[in-house]
Amino acid sequence: MDNKTPAVRMRNITKTFGPVVANDKVWLDIYRGEILALLGENGSGKTTLMNMLSGIYFPDEGEISIDGKEVVIRSPKDAFDLGIGMIHQHFKLVDVLTAAENIVLGLNEPGRLDLEKVAERVRGICQAYGFEVDPYQKIYDMSVSQKQTVEIIKVLYRGADILILDEPTAVLTPQETDKLFAVLRNMRDDGKAIVIITHKLHEVEDLSDRVAVLRHGQFIGDMPTKTTNAQEMTNMMVGHAVTLNIDRPEPVNPKPRIEVKNLTVRSIDGVLKLDDVSFTANSGEILGIAGISGCGQKELLEAIAGLQPVESGSISYIEDNGEKEELIGKDPLAIADMGVSLSFVPEDRLGMGLVANMDLADNMMLRSFRRGKGFFTDRKSPRKLAQEVVADLEVKTPSIATPVRRLSGGNVQKVLVGREIASAPTVLLTAYAVRGLDINSSYTIYDLINRQKQAGVAVIYVGEDLDVLLELADRILVLCGGKVSGIVEGRGAQKRDVGMMMTRLGGKNADE
Amino acid sequence: MNKQNKGPLVHIVKRAALPWYGSWGIRALAILLALVACALVTTVTTGENPIAVYAAMIDGAFGTVRKTWITFQNVAILLCISLAVTPAFRMRFWNIGAEGQTLIGCLATASCMILLADKVPNWLLICVMVVAAIVAGAVWGMIPAIFKAKWNTNETLFTLMMNYVATQLVAFFVIYWEVPKGAGKIGIINQSSELGWLPQLGNKYLLSIVVVAIVTVLMYLYLNYSKHGYEIAVVGESERTARYVGIKVEKVIVRTMVVSGAVCGLAGLLLVGGINHTVTTTIVGGRGFTAVMVSWLAKFNPIFMVFTSLLLVFLERGAGEIATDFGLNHSFGDILTGIILFFIIGCEFFINYKISFRKAAGKEE
Repeated sequence: MDNKTPAVRMRNITKTFGPVVANDKVWLDIYRGEILALLGENGSGKTTLMNMLSGIYFPDEGEISIDGKEVVIRSPKDAFDLGIGMIHQHFKLVDVLTAAENIVLGLNEPGRLDLEKVAERVRGICQAYGFEVDPYQKIYDMSVSQKQTVEIIKVLYRGADILILDEPTAVLTPQETDKLFAVLRNMRDDGKAIVIITHKLHEVEDLSDRVAVLRHGQFIGDMPTKTTNAQEMTNMMVGHAVTLNIDRPEPVNPKPRIEVKNLTVRSIDGVLKLDDVSFTANSGEILGIAGISGCGQKELLEAIAGLQPVESGSISYIEDNGEKEELIGKDPLAIADMGVSLSFVPEDRLGMGLVANMDLADNMMLRSFRRGKGFFTDRKSPRKLAQEVVADLEVKTPSIATPVRRLSGGNVQKVLVGREIASAPTVLLTAYAVRGLDINSSYTIYDLINRQKQAGVAVIYVGEDLDVLLELADRILVLCGGKVSGIVEGRGAQKRDVGMMMTRLGGKNADE
Repeated sequence: MNKQNKGPLVHIVKRAALPWYGSWGIRALAILLALVACALVTTVTTGENPIAVYAAMIDGAFGTVRKTWITFQNVAILLCISLAVTPAFRMRFWNIGAEGQTLIGCLATASCMILLADKVPNWLLICVMVVAAIVAGAVWGMIPAIFKAKWNTNETLFTLMMNYVATQLVAFFVIYWEVPKGAGKIGIINQSSELGWLPQLGNKYLLSIVVVAIVTVLMYLYLNYSKHGYEIAVVGESERTARYVGIKVEKVIVRTMVVSGAVCGLAGLLLVGGINHTVTTTIVGGRGFTAVMVSWLAKFNPIFMVFTSLLLVFLERGAGEIATDFGLNHSFGDILTGIILFFIIGCEFFINYKISFRKAAGKEE
């Protein structure tokens, strides 16, 4: 736009991985003093494009110019020399070193290493943009958001003025996100060029000045954020009109199904993870669980699923006829043997829910391989189930003999959810079911969960996106530091109130 | 336009899965190149005709009927031990204690032969030998597994150390039972009565070969089609996934090592009861370690292991032959073996990765 020289000009960028075209003749301009939101579904080539800018991949074709001068970026070092810095989704920090040590790591500055000076400069950067970080703090002592701050400072310390952030808010609470955005705005006002990759449209509207959309590796278009809206952006990303409302059907004949009383759980190191948690989950209802990450959500679900040793309290499964059965002290096998059909979609899909190196059919077998009396396994029915899941949930895969690690995030999740609901569960536990999924896949998952609810399943949905929780859940239980901060009705709940409850027990005294 | 616009000279790119003929083509090429490299080394260092050297190698392994039988018998024992370590490897349990597990099986067999020869009928003696060898191997495998399951000790070190314990035990009993006194060795056990010698099938080589062939098929079925085999694969890939679906990881670790040790014990039984009829501290001869390579080269597939163990035995026997035929040091055979293995293992890189060179400059549209 205008006749400003773009900080970065990418022209006709093409990148292929074997038969897959990740980027197809992409054009992109990035300007200084502007925040550009790069939008696109999973697999649309956003990260690939940015990786080429930061020297991780080399484009097959096309030109890149920085400030009007054509350049070649062969390695991350070249990118740094050009002032390009990327903050990846997965942090690349050494846990046992301090923030300052991580920041200078790999920098071959001449002369003796003077950590005092480094710390001084780090403090300077912090002050300039409003970061809060102690240069002498060890990484393992830091929260996720602090680690992210270190990553950003690391890039700034190397003199980057073109910053790329790959899904920076996926791991942050609403409050931390606000802080990050404030910092990014400061940097923009300082004349830096900022690119942010995200799925969350309300963040795009909130933060960015311009939006660029990719679809299937192709550049679809860009426009100032002011002139567009969530609906238009979604349509551009997906390629056809999509409704953005999440359904919330009325609960179906809710009856208590899981009753948790005074549950207390400690981690192996003796840290209190859940403290006196009590609630009831009803059949035909979605109970949302909100909370800052690491507030006991994982332990709660794993305790119900029989994977987490419990210090005290009780978890009972209530049958339709009102009979109660204790689940504590039983492992997943014993729970299944009781006739309780409990399905669990864990947070770590490839590390816990599925076996990354096994194909779809073998992954289907995880739940069913014990069936039948003989010494040998039945391989036919899992294969059939895999075919059904692929067909019903529109899983994109070359075949059911493809290892699941080769599938994209959304398809991996469809395979996992598909398997878990195939056993006709009465309780469905899900942890971050749509993390990292694009809009289309997310809505498929919401839809599947809603269908389970309407079939009378008690759904416990741990989520991180408050907007989704508020639209999807019938009731929301808010955890704060392992304690129940409150349980609110999903209909009519205010995002602000729930956000406050996440950071302070009961959410009181929050205004003062 | 711009001459500076060049990518890096060499790119290493991960390949999508190659079709079978692609990967086997690369392997065949690797063996061909290995033979050429070996020929060059032979000519340059010894001046011998490489073709003659290769002919001697083949002659050493398959030159006469007897040599061929011995080759296959050696393949059988190596294969048996390789099959034994494979379930553990599929579980990512690095059992490098096959040497000791086999040796303890040998010791159990020999002690039955020595202690029970005149006390029970021969058929019962053989039954006791079979049970004793298998149980001894299983126990030797189970000990590190229990420690791993209960206290997460390092199985590589533990199984390695158990080898030395087994060697020392055998050394003790060799002196204890030495015949004649002061000889420092046991000699052929029950040489005149042949009590406790495993029965022969046709000739003295066939029994081991048939037993191991059966074990190969059983192991293939066990690993690929049984519930146990599936559990082993899941535990190996991800213990967390295994726990998540209710597999008792500790139980699977111990059970799998019992299987692994038991098959080693069986190899020990064949070595002492069927082939050597004696026991020494070096009777296993490093095959417990060679088996690690056989298993890895075959990517833990029991059927492929038939070929990889044949290859290694062939190289070893061929190397011995050229040492004597050409009056060369035995190490020369080892050099050739090393070169061939280097090419075979190295070619896996080219199966998994593709190297693409920068396109010639100025060729852009």
